[in-house]
Order: sequence, then structure tokens, then C-alpha cells
Amino acid sequence: MTTTTTRIERHHYDVVVIGAGGAGLRAAIEARLAGKKTAIISKSLFGKAHTVMAEGGAAAAMGNVNSRDNWQVHFRDTMRGGKFLNNFRMAELHAKEAPQRIWELETYGALFDRTKDGKISQRNFGGHEYPRLAHVGDRTGLEMIRTLQQKIVSLQQEDRRTHGSYDARIRVFDETTITELMLDGDRIAGAFGYYRESGEFILFEAPAVVLATGGVGRSYKVTSNSWEYTGDGHALALRAGATLINMEFLQFHPTGMVWPPSVKGILVTESVRGDGGILKNSEGKRFMFDYVPDVFRKQYAETEEEADRWYTDPDNNRRPPELLPRDEVARAINSEVKAGRGTPAGGVYLDIASRLPAEEIRRRLPSMHHQFKGLADVDITKEPMEVGPTCHYVMGGIEVDPDSGAAYGSVRGLFAAGEVTGGMHGSNRLGGNSLSDLLVFGKRAGGHASTYVDQLAARPRVAVSMVETAVETALAPLQRDTGENPYTLQQDLQAVMGDLVGIIRRENELEDALGRLAELRERVAKVSASGGRRYNPGWHLALDLRNMLVVSECTAKAALERRESRGGHTREDYPTMDPQWRRINLVCSLEGDTVRLDRKPLPKMRTELISLFDRAELAKYLTDEELAEFDALAAADAKAAAAATAADAAGAGAAEKENR
Amino acid sequence: MGTKRQFRIWRGDADGGDLQDYTVEVNEGEVVLDVIHRLQATEAPDLACRWNCKAGKCGSCSMEINGLPKLGCMTRMSTFEENETITVTPLRTFPVIRDLVTDVSFNYEKARETPAFAPPADLAPGDYRMQQVDVERSQEFRKCIECFLCQTVCHVIRDHDENKSAFAGPRYFIRAAELDMHPLDTKSDRKEYAQSEQGLGFCNITKCCTEVCPEHIKITDNGIIPMKERVVDRRYDPLVWLGSKIFRRGQVPQTFVTSEHSPGAVRSHAPSGGTHSHAGGSHDAKSETQAQQGVNWHREVPKPTAPAVDASGRLPLTELTFDRAAAPSPFGDDVTFPLPPEHLNFAHPQQDEKH
Repeated sequence: MTTTTTRIERHHYDVVVIGAGGAGLRAAIEARLAGKKTAIISKSLFGKAHTVMAEGGAAAAMGNVNSRDNWQVHFRDTMRGGKFLNNFRMAELHAKEAPQRIWELETYGALFDRTKDGKISQRNFGGHEYPRLAHVGDRTGLEMIRTLQQKIVSLQQEDRRTHGSYDARIRVFDETTITELMLDGDRIAGAFGYYRESGEFILFEAPAVVLATGGVGRSYKVTSNSWEYTGDGHALALRAGATLINMEFLQFHPTGMVWPPSVKGILVTESVRGDGGILKNSEGKRFMFDYVPDVFRKQYAETEEEADRWYTDPDNNRRPPELLPRDEVARAINSEVKAGRGTPAGGVYLDIASRLPAEEIRRRLPSMHHQFKGLADVDITKEPMEVGPTCHYVMGGIEVDPDSGAAYGSVRGLFAAGEVTGGMHGSNRLGGNSLSDLLVFGKRAGGHASTYVDQLAARPRVAVSMVETAVETALAPLQRDTGENPYTLQQDLQAVMGDLVGIIRRENELEDALGRLAELRERVAKVSASGGRRYNPGWHLALDLRNMLVVSECTAKAALERRESRGGHTREDYPTMDPQWRRINLVCSLEGDTVRLDRKPLPKMRTELISLFDRAELAKYLTDEELAEFDALAAADAKAAAAATAADAAGAGAAEKENR
Repeated sequence: MGTKRQFRIWRGDADGGDLQDYTVEVNEGEVVLDVIHRLQATEAPDLACRWNCKAGKCGSCSMEINGLPKLGCMTRMSTFEENETITVTPLRTFPVIRDLVTDVSFNYEKARETPAFAPPADLAPGDYRMQQVDVERSQEFRKCIECFLCQTVCHVIRDHDENKSAFAGPRYFIRAAELDMHPLDTKSDRKEYAQSEQGLGFCNITKCCTEVCPEHIKITDNGIIPMKERVVDRRYDPLVWLGSKIFRRGQVPQTFVTSEHSPGAVRSHAPSGGTHSHAGGSHDAKSETQAQQGVNWHREVPKPTAPAVDASGRLPLTELTFDRAAAPSPFGDDVTFPLPPEHLNFAHPQQDEKH
């Protein structure tokens, strides 16, 4: 009945990319370069995606500032940051390919800040051993999104010259939201959604879909994320039969603004600390020295004097503890505030004013200066900022094949890249690794989606019944007038997640949260939206709520299951890391309507990769059993090396020639 | 703790609409966008408004607040009087979709028409070398968050739909300028393109775009004027060029050098006909009379002085190190026009007959 009365616009594409941030655009560029007819779906206007918010930079071991940097060091830092829970293959690919992806951006027209010899400048950042972040002042994300946006325009101009239309092979559907993926058996057949502007429905028929929808932050009260971050991709993947991993790990950025209330949550870039900013409590004490965990003790300064020397002489001094990984800093701030040493607004002070001359602050941190002046009327060159933890990033996401970005689970033809995927960052992401993650895996997902399309014998078909169901689900909130206001429901959801599944978690609270989420599920099923279909934000939120809810359930369930503290998951009742838990990934899938949780062993690191680490460091993370295995490997290696030297000594010059 | 404030918000769609009154609670430290959100969460759930980052970085929440194009997230409530009614309307230059949301596709069309970066063919990725001073000029324009406030305020298109097809607007002038100044861009006709295809000539430098830019990009001074100057420079039209020098920085003279005089007449005895004109005129009666009397050959004239040099003892010859946009004035940058009449060595052809 519905289909006869509802107009649905239909489009045919080879690859549909959902999400127009860094990962989505890079995937789309790759698919188009592979000759595929590509659609980009953007929930907002083109070029407004959340990537613009990234400030610090993109991590890539180019070695422009310190030539000792290379992919192995970057790989080590990433694994360390993620507390060894990362998918090693993703971390490896990321570290190896990031420099190429950054250099490529220059050929698209990006203008990074330069070193004296004209190369891309790189800056220090929390958790990175060497200066590694390619940056443009503190607006690197904007530069990246604009560059990719302009590259897409340049491809469209090419297409216009050869095919007569800008939209011939790559088209951007802006202000369009996808509500459902269409399946033909276990294969992706397309995607269904609506234009925000008109409320009209749109159906894409496509054999491959790349999800690049970003994160889930809108489920939290205090967040740096925009309204778009409602976990759409996570939920779409679940409903299509894919799986999510690591959903218990959320990164709370340590330094979000806490005053004024209207901008609570907005980020203060880590570069403020990289450039000399320090954290002080209400007693004026530089407290981070008290919070250096044992695993990091060797790399961080013990005195203020040593820490201060590091900014000018990083080779001979250890780094200041303000530059510990984000989870450590967030927990430290949380503890200070809880101990009653916080600011009036419930944060701590971040002071750069007393550390650098005003002119230098304005030059190094222009947009921070601008943002604080404009939003809060605070002059960061004169007074300290009030900051506290804010929900920033979700490490968990769609479980994918590391090389191709193809989603695991029962579905085929579904690919994912960027924040929506899980595994790459383990239990905690290093600053600067997300921008390079977008590029590396965006390109991979776009490329492999194209290969998948090439290999298909026949195109999957979209069944009419599926479209009918999708239309009914989408229109339901408008047709009910007895349900609750979606804004109230969102606030309630945010309260549950912020208070009970927040930065510090406890068993009874998590159980309570699951109960409340079940209640919310009933209420969300009956949500109603007033007004019509044309640009109606109430209706849009009502549809997003369903996604936020299922993703929140995954987070709460996984958080309850993981009985240890690691990275972005802190359990007050299990405060330490447990090597046994390091070997386990928690995998969420959907069984009918309910979230199902399974344990799955972590893939084992390859020999040449695990050999990059010190035994002493591995001992902090691995079980005895794994360590014994490592020792055996090391012994075998030593033996092989000795044998090789012996063979060389035997004068196998000819054999060597042959080998070449 | 909050106070009640009066808001008038335009509600409607392409078929029409009107301002509606709302009384909303406002708390300390809030911005206009917070108030819009509170309205959505309470009495107007379907009030349409774009927003994303809420931190002045994405340029989505552009609206006109008390008639001024602004970002909702960057307009603090504390900048208004307690009893002031705040009027919020959609961007006037673009067609309304609903409430505060307008159809800004005009901008994306212009973006698509602007030729893209042309990379050097002989450089592999990773081999790009540029100096910081050379990238900084383009970087200023790349700060643009595409809020389109400069586009909506520009009077060339604000109430003139008919100009839209021929005029790209300030946003795309600085895009052209950015590429023109890109150290490695290989396309050399950015300025000509701006003039012939983007409608740069429509712009008469009222600087409204610079005033509304939330990123404080000097759109006119650093983007449009250098483009215009170099366009005319290339066209070898010295009169237009001089005019552009004179009218820079808002120094509009009260009387113009009329077309009967070539610019040379200001300095020499070049023959000229027609009626008398007091070049670089003034309304000071005394100098007026003096000018009428012609030249006082015995007056003291300034001795030639050495030009100002920089720290290294050289002339600031390159634009990169020069302290202002565009080429230096051939008359010396310490000379401002109009010149006082007593400094002019000018003899009127008929002055001897008069006296």
C-alpha cells in the first residue's frame, strides 16, 4: 500500500559511500579512480563533516623533523597506545602507508606547514615518540576535508570534459540520510534513505556499500561530536548482519571546554600541551607527575625541570607527563576533580598563558585563541583555560578484514573505513592517528569495494518488500501522535550513558544502565514527531534514536562483560589490566532485535612484528604463556642468525648471487 | 538562574512565511544557537536550522541575526541588551527551503566551475618542496570554513538574482587567489579567469565580505585587490591602474582628476585643453586661490630622499617581503593622493593671460 502512494527516487551506482568525512571522500576518490560509478551520501552539506574538527594533525612517519622516525616506531607507538589490543595488521598497514597518503594530499593541493628545508613540518603529540603529525596550524582537519572535497571537484571537472556532465561518474548527495541497507540474501543490494530538504525517499541500487559514518558521541551528554554522530553506520552494519568489536572502548578527550555551559565538551587541542601547556589543579599544583603509570615510567620526566627542558631538547630529556596518552590524562583529571581539587565549573586549569609569550601563542595556536575569544570571551594568552574530559571518539566499530575493509559477519559487499570501524586503535587511539587512519583505510575500502564489484557475476536485486518495510519504518514517527518528543528521549539516553556508562564504570551501574536502555527501547519504538516531511529536525532525530539506542546497548553490554581496565574502558571494580583479557575481543551481533555478545581470540602478531618490542615491555601486557612463546621465538631467531653467519662464513658468495 | 528573552524567528518555506515571536529562557554564557536548540527541544520541535560543530569550525549555522549575517554558534547572548528583541532570519541571498535553512547550492555550483589545482607534472608525491613564507598567503584563504556569509552579504548578488550567473562571489575570488598564490600550481591564468569568468569586475571593494568573515580572512585586501591589480597590470592600462591605487584603502578623493588630463599632467607641463581643473582638489579656500594663481616657482620643494630599505639594506622589492599587498607605488609609498595643491608644479595654459 505504501509504495503505491509514496514516490521513491531510484539511482543505480557501482559503489555507494555513506559518509562524506575524510574516510568517505578518500574511499569515493579511490572507487572513482578505479572506474566505478560512485555516489557519496552526506548527512550534512558537502564539506561540513566532523573531520573539520580535527585540530592537531595527521600522524605519518615521514621523518621530516626527526630522521630516526620510521614505520616500525610508529607501529610500536600505536600498539602501545592501544594497550596491545589493536589489530596488529591494521596498525602495521597504517604505519606503513600513512606517509604516502599524506604526500598524495599535496598533489591534490593541500598546503601543510613547512620545515626550514621546505618539507612537510611535523609536530609532537601525546604518545608519539618523535615529532610525527603533519599539520596546518591547528586546523588540519579542515585542510584535509577541503583538499579531498576539491579533489572530488577536480575529478568531476575531468568527467565533464570527457562525458559532458559533472555528475557522470561521481555524485555527491548532500543532506541525505540512509536509514536502511538493502540486501539480496547475504549480499548488499543497495541503500534506502531520505533527502532532509524535501523528506522525499531515495533508493540506491548498488552491489557495494562503503560505510564511513564516523562515531557515536551524540549518545553522551558531554561530547565534542556533532549531531551527525549517532552511530548510523554501526547500526546499519549490525542490521545487515555484520559484527562490531571493541564497543566498550570510548575515548574521552582529556581537555574539553567546561565553561561556559553552552560550549561544554568542545575540544581544546592536544597541541596546547605539546607546545608547553601544563595542567594544574585548584591548588596550583602541576599534578600529572603523580599519575604516570608504571608501563610508561621510563619514557616520562619525573621532575618539572626535566619536563621543561624537553620542549627544547627532546633527545636528552624525557617528555612531560602532560603528554601521556589521552586515557591516562582523562583519568588523572577525573581523579583530581573527584578529590575536590577541581575548578568551579568542574574541570582543571590548562595553562599556556604563563608558559609562552602572547605573540607566540597566537602564532602557534591561532584557532584555539580565536575559538576561546569568540565562544567564551576568554583570552588564552592572559588566563588559563578550564578543561575536563569529553566524549570524543569510539575505538570500537565494525569488525573488518584489515587489508580490504570488508565487514565480517554474514554480509558480503559491505566495506567500512574510519571511526566506524574497530580494531585499528585497540583500546585507545593516539592523537593524530585518526586522520591518517581515514586516508589509509578509506583508500583501501574504496579500492577493494571496486574489486568486489568487478568480481560479481550478477548484480544483486533489491526486493520490493524490503523497500516497503523501510518506508513504513521511516514514516512511522510522523504517523503517531501519542508518543514522546524525540528530544526528551535523546536527553534521557544521554543521561543513562553519561552517568552509568561513562568514563569510570561499575558493575551495578552497568546492569542498571542495561535495564534503563531496555525501557528506553520501548519508548523509542513509540516516538512521535510533529510537523511534515520537509526539513524536519524532530523527525530526523526520531529516526536516529533507533541507531543510537542499539549502539549504546552494545557499549553497555561489552563494558559489563570486560572485567578489567584498559585504555578507554575503566572499571572501578577491576582497576588493572589483565593479560588474559588482552587476548579477547568482544564481538557484538544482532539476533533478531537483541544484541548478542561473543568472545573471540585476538589475532596473533607476526614474528617480525612482535620482535620489534623489548621483552621487558611485552611483559607488562602478555600472559606468561605468550611470553614463553616469545622467548622460544627469540631463541630460534638467535639460532637461525648464528647458522646464517656460519653459512656466510663458509663462502657462499655464488649462492648469494643466485639469490639476487 | 536563566532570564526570559524575546526572540522573533522567521518561520516558513518557499511559498512564504513570517516572523514568529518566542519567549525563551537564556542562561549565562549561551549563544544564539543554544537558544534555537532550546526552542527545538521545547515549543518548536520542527524548527529547521543547520548546525554541526557548534564551535565556529564548520560554517553550517549561518543566519542573519538582527539583519547581520553571522554564525549562530559564535554570537554570544551577552552581546545583546537584556530587553532587546533578537530577530533571526534565514540568509537573504539564497532561496529559502524552510525556516532558517536556505538552498546554498549556488555556492557549490560556483565551486565546481572554478578550475582545480593543477599539480606540477614532474614532481612525485613526497617531492614537493615549499617554503613556509610562500605557503602562508594561500593558507590564509584556506582557513575559509565555507559559511557563505561573505556570499550572502555581497550586494552584487544580495538583491540581484540576475547577477548570480555571472558572479562567483568573494568565496570563489579567494579560491582563485589561493590557487594563484600556490607556489606549485601550474595554471597561470587564474587572474584572467577571475576577471573573465568569475565576474571579478562586478566587485567594487566595499569590503562587506571582509567585515562578516568569522575567520577574519582579509578577503578584499589580501585576495580581491591583488587579483584586480594584477589583472589590470597585465592589461597595461595605466589610468585604471592609477585609479585603483588612488581609491585603495577608502581614500576616495573629493574631486577627481578629470579625463581631460592625462596622469602625466600632474607632474609636468603636458599640454591640456578644456576647462580648468584643480588636480587633487581641495576645499581649503586658501590653497584653492593659490592653485588658481598657478605655480610658485620659489616655493621650497622637498629634496629627493633615499627610499626606505629593509634590514638587509635592500629595497623591499618582492611582494613576499613587502609590507602590503601588490606592487609599490611608482610615486613612492610615502606619497598619498590627492597631493596638496601647493605641491603641484602645474601651470595653467591661460594663467598668464589672466594676470
